[in-house]
Amino acid sequence: MAAAGRRDAPEAPDFGILKRLARDQLIYLLEQLPGKKDLFIEADLMSPLDRIANVSILKQHEVDKLYKVETRPAPSASDQFCFLVRPRIRTMRYIADIVNADKMSGRSRKYKIIFSPQKMSPATSGPSTCSPWMRTSSAWSCPSSSATTSCLPRALVVLQEGDHRWINSVARALQLLNSLYGPFGRAYGIGRCAKMSYELWRDLEEESEGDGQGRKPEIGSIFLMDRDTDYVTALCSQVVYEGLVDDTFRIKCGSVDFGPDVTSSDKSIKVLLNAQDKVFSQIRNEHFSSVFGFLSQKSRNLQAQYDRRRGMDIKQMKNFVSQELKGLKQEHRLLSLHIGACESIMKKKTKQDFQEMIKAEHSLLEGFDIRESTSFIEEHIDRQVSPIESLRLMCLLSITENGLVPKDYRSLKTQYLQSYGPEHLLTFHNLKRIGLLTEQAAGETLTAVESRVSKLVTDRAAGKITDAFNSLARKSNFRAISKKLGLIPRLDGEYDLKMPRDMAYVFSGAYVPLSCKIIEQVLERRGWQGLEEVLRLLNGHEFSVSDSTAEDGAAAEAQRVVLAVFLGGCTFSEIAALRFLGKERGCKFIFLTTAITNSARVMEAMSEARA
Amino acid sequence: MSRARADEEEYWHSSKFRAFTFDDEDDELSQLKESKQAVNSLRDIVDDDDDDLERVSWSGEPVGSISWSIKETVSSSASSLEGRDSSLQKGSSSYAAFPKQVSSYSLSSLFRGRNKLPSFQSLSDALSDTGVKNYAPELRRPKAEYKDYSNDWSPKDTVRRMQRGKVCSLERFRSLQDKLVLLDEAVAGHDGNVITAVLIFLKRTLRREILFRELEVRQVALCHLIHFLKETGEQKLLLDLLRFLDRTEEVALSQYREHLNIQDVEKRREFLKGCIGLPFSAEDTSHIQDHYTLLERQIIIEANDRHLEMSGQSEIFRKYPRKASILNMPLVTTLFYSCFYHYTEAEGTFSSPTNLKKTFKIPDKQYVLTALAARAKLRAWGDVDALFTTKNWLGYTKKKAPIGFHRVVEILQRNNAPVQVLQEYVCLVEDVETRLSLATKYKCHDVVIETYKDLKDRIQLTAYKCKVERGSAEEEKINSILNNMQIRWKN
Repeated sequence: MAAAGRRDAPEAPDFGILKRLARDQLIYLLEQLPGKKDLFIEADLMSPLDRIANVSILKQHEVDKLYKVETRPAPSASDQFCFLVRPRIRTMRYIADIVNADKMSGRSRKYKIIFSPQKMSPATSGPSTCSPWMRTSSAWSCPSSSATTSCLPRALVVLQEGDHRWINSVARALQLLNSLYGPFGRAYGIGRCAKMSYELWRDLEEESEGDGQGRKPEIGSIFLMDRDTDYVTALCSQVVYEGLVDDTFRIKCGSVDFGPDVTSSDKSIKVLLNAQDKVFSQIRNEHFSSVFGFLSQKSRNLQAQYDRRRGMDIKQMKNFVSQELKGLKQEHRLLSLHIGACESIMKKKTKQDFQEMIKAEHSLLEGFDIRESTSFIEEHIDRQVSPIESLRLMCLLSITENGLVPKDYRSLKTQYLQSYGPEHLLTFHNLKRIGLLTEQAAGETLTAVESRVSKLVTDRAAGKITDAFNSLARKSNFRAISKKLGLIPRLDGEYDLKMPRDMAYVFSGAYVPLSCKIIEQVLERRGWQGLEEVLRLLNGHEFSVSDSTAEDGAAAEAQRVVLAVFLGGCTFSEIAALRFLGKERGCKFIFLTTAITNSARVMEAMSEARA
Repeated sequence: MSRARADEEEYWHSSKFRAFTFDDEDDELSQLKESKQAVNSLRDIVDDDDDDLERVSWSGEPVGSISWSIKETVSSSASSLEGRDSSLQKGSSSYAAFPKQVSSYSLSSLFRGRNKLPSFQSLSDALSDTGVKNYAPELRRPKAEYKDYSNDWSPKDTVRRMQRGKVCSLERFRSLQDKLVLLDEAVAGHDGNVITAVLIFLKRTLRREILFRELEVRQVALCHLIHFLKETGEQKLLLDLLRFLDRTEEVALSQYREHLNIQDVEKRREFLKGCIGLPFSAEDTSHIQDHYTLLERQIIIEANDRHLEMSGQSEIFRKYPRKASILNMPLVTTLFYSCFYHYTEAEGTFSSPTNLKKTFKIPDKQYVLTALAARAKLRAWGDVDALFTTKNWLGYTKKKAPIGFHRVVEILQRNNAPVQVLQEYVCLVEDVETRLSLATKYKCHDVVIETYKDLKDRIQLTAYKCKVERGSAEEEKINSILNNMQIRWKN
């Protein structure tokens, strides 16, 4: 497929700087509490922290003992406590309890709280009343290695709740990247939160002292994509390798725990999945079906490499041992891990009718056999198969069909409550509010709430309010958008997954991810011209801004580097699709997101857990 | 290296295309197995001294990682006092094994502990180092920050300062007018964090009615306050707000949500009873009613069955002791339970499946699926048979199912039903292809043979001969069919 004249994608800028920067910031904050201290770390910050620092660095800066937040505090003799936490109310109560207990027993200590990614109002308002000696708190944010994703698991929920608390974090991340690799020549975006983040970032930028002057820009353009614009893609089952690994084992902050069934031993192993893993980096973006062949090819090669040693004389052997053996061993270890992972994935997927489910999913995307898919979902619910999967399929049905037919909605909801518990009544309300799972209304009239609110307020504000309602729960118009953008590839015969022709390969050739298609179109057109109809269907909030001086200043290479920012989460399938696009068009995509997400995470965020 | 790359490219592009299915029969999996064998066979050569690659502790964390170290702290603090000292020492000695990361960029070298060697370059040295860009803009404190406490900022400036994480006193906004301007500025600035901070201030300094009234026309701010109240668990204020806004359904839901925090079942039941009257939609009211009835039912069943189980008189409880209590389980689980333990009970008892079916209007499909799974688990094949047998008016019996028979087969198979039982349902699968594939998969030879015979497919039938045992009745049957001159084979 070596297309003639295809440009090679430019190299990505050096993101090691971000890592060093985060580490230095952390050290700076630690040293603000001089002397020996105990460090309390919140569980979900440990993985990101591992990415930038290790124990010896902490020790160098006089961290004495490490504790996990929420285990009962050990009777520590240290005079200083430092907390590294997420800005959560629960955590602040925990800290307040420690402080108060010390106060009661007349123990005097110094405390310091470091928030990641930043201090939040609710978190600081609570306990501030109970601690007279609480020291200053500071913000610290952690970009994680090459993929440049930060891990804000709650961000999606929060954005969906119509709460803008994380927008500042996004804006600041943009500010940082802009100061290091910018200025960006062009900025595009779509979605309400995308626009807000952009505006806030520009606002922050206005005041900064123009750090970027005279530097060579390394990133040509940025695209801000709001998850709200495209839920469909996030709800699909993933079939590229990295996506499958995420769906099956959950990748956390770039690393995954492979259990005994993968490692074929009694231990589980934590594996860092990134470009340094020579096996993984070659299969991560591939469709699962191509992975087997590749792995077997690889293992044959490996065997041949080892076999070469048979005919060697002493000198050659010495060379072999000193130069190649280590690399081969490493490769061997990785190969057996990924083969184990593939086996485990296959085992799990065959057990749960994956094939049938994918079929139903594809019919939903294409919009035929809706009745059949509906009864498939119904049966899925009746058999009490995974509640999250059932919910996901219902949402997919709802978004692609602009809501469920009232009769179906009622019957599916009733059966769902019967199968998985009546308290999910609350889950259905959450989903309805966001617009992920709705009932088709008769005609195009406003909902009762909307019209009532509109009546209550003055004309001036009315526009704004319906606006807010629209973006929280609006019609998805998926079918029309899909037709306009050609998201369902029409083709004769089978889709050749080993020679992908477009981004649809990430969903077995059945669907081009909407989010990625929008990015493709806008980059191609250098703006939104000609996409007016699609924008109307997507409910707008788009922007396109160019900075001509920055654009002229950028080298041709840098202009082909695109920073894709996903607000509210990005899936590995989307990353794979855009990487594919980059290869085709000779540009390099860099990803920044509030969290890596997948269908299960989206659904869990909406689901009311059993107490 | 580039050669290897070319090899891969070639591989990716040259390999033959075949449609891929997630099906374990597929060749792809055998390919995977082969590669696994190949890799495993290499293990002997490789497994001598892997340790220098990465040291991994028993829990699987790489040694020296922070998560690993925390686990160490936990386990050491759990051990006795004397033990702790030694384990700590052990811990610290293992850190020494790691190379210290010192780069010219790293500020870590600058901030070393004081008792370390003093020979270090100073901060200014490091920053003026030509190779180093100023990567840490946030570390500089702008002079402006010292002026923070002179507080004459306009609402707009206040919001901007807060967005940049600077301290700002809100107390000087005294009049309602000022406060509202401040709130509007915060909303216009998009930073939810600032919006929430302002709301906390307003909540503290404004009368409720006024706050509510003003928020009603400020939807974005309202969303933030509702979110904040949910987060902090200020249920009472939240309910007041929702009532003020006339969002009755949300009030009801919010109250209903509280039941999740009630652990005691009796109290929970009482609470749910109170929820029935709340202003839900008609549809939801019936769900709440069902929830209450279900829990009520479960409490009765639980009390009875616990007694039965303890007394040891009931055979089924002796043979299959209950693994968990039925309390707070979903309806379908309850139905499964009652099909398992109380299948034959008369409709009059609370625990009988038919009673549950009637009370909760469980659809046929769901009922059959659940009953089938429960009876198959007990290997009560007679009950399974009865579940699908219907008599027509002439007295003929016929097998009918509200679900596809392929589904029935699958459930039976998962419960290790014998071939004779499976066979009976496999041949009821309507779609010929599905029937054939199921029959082949589960070795229901008779069904396969009959189907090929019906299809008049001599080739397939001949080929199937090698799948049955030599000299078995099946082989004989195949032979006799093949020798049957009356069949007009299509091939």
